[in-house]
Amino acid sequence: MNAEKAMEKILDSYPAKVMKNRKKHMLIKKSDEKQEITANTRTIPGIITNRGCCYAGCKGVVVGPLIDMVHIVHGPIGCSYYTWNTRRNKGKATRGEKNFLHYCFSTDMQESDIVFGGEKKLRQAIKEAVEIFKPEAITISATCPVGLIGDDIHTVAAEAEKEYGIKVVAFSCEGYKGVSQSAGHHIANNGLMKHIIGTGNDEKIPYSINLLGEYNIGGDEWEISRILTKIGYNIISTMTGNGSYERLKNAHNADLNLVQCHRSINYVADMIEKKYGTPWLKVNFIGIQSTIETLRNMAKYFGDEDLIKRTEEVIAEELADIKDEMEYYRNMCSGKTAMLFVGGSRAHHYQDLFKDLGIETVLAGYEFAHRDDYEGRDVLPHIQIDADSRNIEELHVEKDEKRYRLYLSPEKLEQLKKEMPLSNYEGLIKASKENTVIIDDLNHFETEEFIKALKPDVFGSGIKDKYVIQKMGVFSKQMHSYDYSGPYAGFKGAVNFARDISAGIFTPAWSYVVPPWKKEPLLEASMVEKEVG
Amino acid sequence: MLELTPKEISKRKALTINPAKTCQPIGAMYAALGIHKCLPHSHGSQGCCSYHRMHLTRHYRDPIMASTSSFTEGAAVFGGKPNLQTAIKNVFNIYKPDVIAINTTCLSETIGDDIPSIIQSTDIPEGKYVIHANTPSYVGSHITGFSNMVKAMVSYFSEKEENVLTKKVNIIPGFVEPSDMREIKRIAKIMGLDIIMFPDTSGVLDTPNTGKFIMYPDGGTTVEELKATGMSRATIALGKFASEQAAYELEKKCNVTPYVLKSPVGIKATDELIMKMASLTGKEIPYELEEERGQLVDLMIDIHQHYSGKKVAIFGDPDITISMTEFAISLGMKPIYVITGTPGKDFDDIVTKMLEDAGIEGKVKSAGDLFELHQWIKNEPVDLLIGNTYGKYISKAENIPLVRVGFPILDRVGHTYLPTVGYKGAIRIIEKISSALLDKFDRECADEDFELVM
Repeated sequence: MNAEKAMEKILDSYPAKVMKNRKKHMLIKKSDEKQEITANTRTIPGIITNRGCCYAGCKGVVVGPLIDMVHIVHGPIGCSYYTWNTRRNKGKATRGEKNFLHYCFSTDMQESDIVFGGEKKLRQAIKEAVEIFKPEAITISATCPVGLIGDDIHTVAAEAEKEYGIKVVAFSCEGYKGVSQSAGHHIANNGLMKHIIGTGNDEKIPYSINLLGEYNIGGDEWEISRILTKIGYNIISTMTGNGSYERLKNAHNADLNLVQCHRSINYVADMIEKKYGTPWLKVNFIGIQSTIETLRNMAKYFGDEDLIKRTEEVIAEELADIKDEMEYYRNMCSGKTAMLFVGGSRAHHYQDLFKDLGIETVLAGYEFAHRDDYEGRDVLPHIQIDADSRNIEELHVEKDEKRYRLYLSPEKLEQLKKEMPLSNYEGLIKASKENTVIIDDLNHFETEEFIKALKPDVFGSGIKDKYVIQKMGVFSKQMHSYDYSGPYAGFKGAVNFARDISAGIFTPAWSYVVPPWKKEPLLEASMVEKEVG
Repeated sequence: MLELTPKEISKRKALTINPAKTCQPIGAMYAALGIHKCLPHSHGSQGCCSYHRMHLTRHYRDPIMASTSSFTEGAAVFGGKPNLQTAIKNVFNIYKPDVIAINTTCLSETIGDDIPSIIQSTDIPEGKYVIHANTPSYVGSHITGFSNMVKAMVSYFSEKEENVLTKKVNIIPGFVEPSDMREIKRIAKIMGLDIIMFPDTSGVLDTPNTGKFIMYPDGGTTVEELKATGMSRATIALGKFASEQAAYELEKKCNVTPYVLKSPVGIKATDELIMKMASLTGKEIPYELEEERGQLVDLMIDIHQHYSGKKVAIFGDPDITISMTEFAISLGMKPIYVITGTPGKDFDDIVTKMLEDAGIEGKVKSAGDLFELHQWIKNEPVDLLIGNTYGKYISKAENIPLVRVGFPILDRVGHTYLPTVGYKGAIRIIEKISSALLDKFDRECADEDFELVM
């Protein structure tokens, strides 16, 4: 069955209201059309969505990976517990910072806190954290009941900051805000921008960059920074994988911001550009060709002859290192097909890596991306913010007259914008092949139906889907946790990915799913039976 | 690893660090999966539902299906009735379960959504059921949530017909693995006891790979069986914290006699279960079980030197931790630290008495956390840790072998297929304890002390 038919069949099986809604969240890529998709709208109750909440987007994704902060979750125990070591944002203290990544901090709200308010307990929890750990900085993340009972976590944070002389930042990321994790990214971005970025006093250094929207899952950031350092760049901060409060403070010093995950960090990227003049470049370190392109764009931006030369040398060295292995895996995988359903950026990025392996992506979707992630930032002026997301603060920043600085002249910048995605992102749809199914907020029912229709060789998705897919006889690669492997970024990461994908598609177990006695008649047994009979 | 944990213990009143529990709804979700053709439903914002599904998936490595009301800010302010009604309609239309089992979150509990009246005002298709349990996350733990959902099964389904009493005995297994539920059923079968087990996740969360995904597998207690629990002659509730509430409810509602026993982990707790079963059947205990028991005792004697006198820290959910502590004592080990994250004074009382009776000086704490356990260990070390996967950080930090027993186990496999309960389960635990201790010895001993036979 082809994609059009599968889509029709799915929509036909829905109740009328659901059908009307879901229809707008799916399309089939046609390159001669300007295609519009509906995204970032409320989830249909009961549909079995894969989405999480605002708290997950704020604490779980953006804030939690900062290694040297005590991240206190204000709420009942579950929210902190479920973000405890489950997302693989690795971190290592290298510059004398403390690393709290393996700890889980909660106010563990009880019934009395709901009834009488939890501010007192939160204050006491901060005090205890300060006394036990003496951290440089603390974050407080709100969960569902906090907003409802009216605990003022921002005032508590401000008071604690004054009392203990450390940075304390509160995030009102109650789970019900917005429609998905996305609202939490926005709230986290605002908090980092308001309270941390630009508060440091380090001197500027040459060829300096920030790595934005990179969470060091399975060590991705380490592979990326290995390559960038080898070329000669100085990474000031990473937002936020293996990042730290200490380094984030000086993020305003960079000459260029690299944006890997557009969805989660584009707010900070935009605000830094407005406030400090640093432009951002949409990069992709997932996939060999895309990594090369990214490195060349960066070199061109800096325009330094030595840097450009060094870039090509490093690319050549790295390619020579991985050539044989990649060729081996490419020969195994070439001609296979993939489906990708990931959060808000990987369904685009991993298409490039699959392409390097000769694997074609036939369906790509996001849990919580917005229209600009699908259609490109050109649509930004046309996006209507609906009632469910209206209460997410839009932070407006002003130009910092003292520290605003342009690395390139406005003319040069305009010229480069024609050659590379500088302060721009063109989106998933453009990156996808003709006839690819593009689908937003894919649910369980649709997952099953599209697998039956498109019969992919591999489905890159999350843990909730993984075993559903594999019970259907299709290899499922977790694209959030990497199935506890990685890194997958950069050159060495591409080899890791290729090895894991090949192992998954070709693991001998698939040939044992059907028992031999269901493949061939049991001649001997039937003969024995006959004799007896 | 965990190098920021200081040895010096300061009193904490407000900050929980590295909890030894999680919140109610996940336990309710797990219990609901033990009903045949049931879809658990989470009435709250969707983050909870995703987290609970993820966490159970990581533990069981099997699909965990559940739906959610997907609250928005508007619903959080004006109530979640329309969300729940839409959800029920969509779930029956698209996913076609026989039962929807609703749990609540701290969100819907704080705003006070009245679930029974919402259910009543919603069209439920003929022959289908919607049940609910209130599971506020700010009370108790995931074990409380499990208990609440099992109680809801009784409240909604258990029926008593006048003068009808079947030969059946209800067994509430507690928050244990599908493998444990299978083992308890196997024991009952050997004993000749006709049982209704509820909930029962065997055949649901330990399904084979056949190349076909089945949303509602064959396993799970059926609605008919749940109804019939009201006419059984007795209920055996395994584990006070997870199971007694439902058993008492069944007594109240249908006058079924409850027997609350320990979770059958270890030799004593298993003996008690089997003797209770025997007293209900009035028959001799079959040799098959005596043989298994004898094998266990044989092993306990043969290799007692591996673990005898070893100091051990045990943590986890209360029912299993209580039984595990008893088992450790019966092995001649010294459980000097015993904690659970679940609040409940009963835990402290029961375990403290066990230690006192055995002449062991130890620290016992309910509503404790792993940070404090680690601090205790820093002050006086142990030889072995027994608990869930979260113990691996302490294990690495202090170089103490960890034996994984309980929930969750996120980093090892087999636990959903191999039992911890019964004599068989006890043999498995001994094998694990012995291997853990000897592996460490082998790894660390001097070459001249390296032994072939141990």
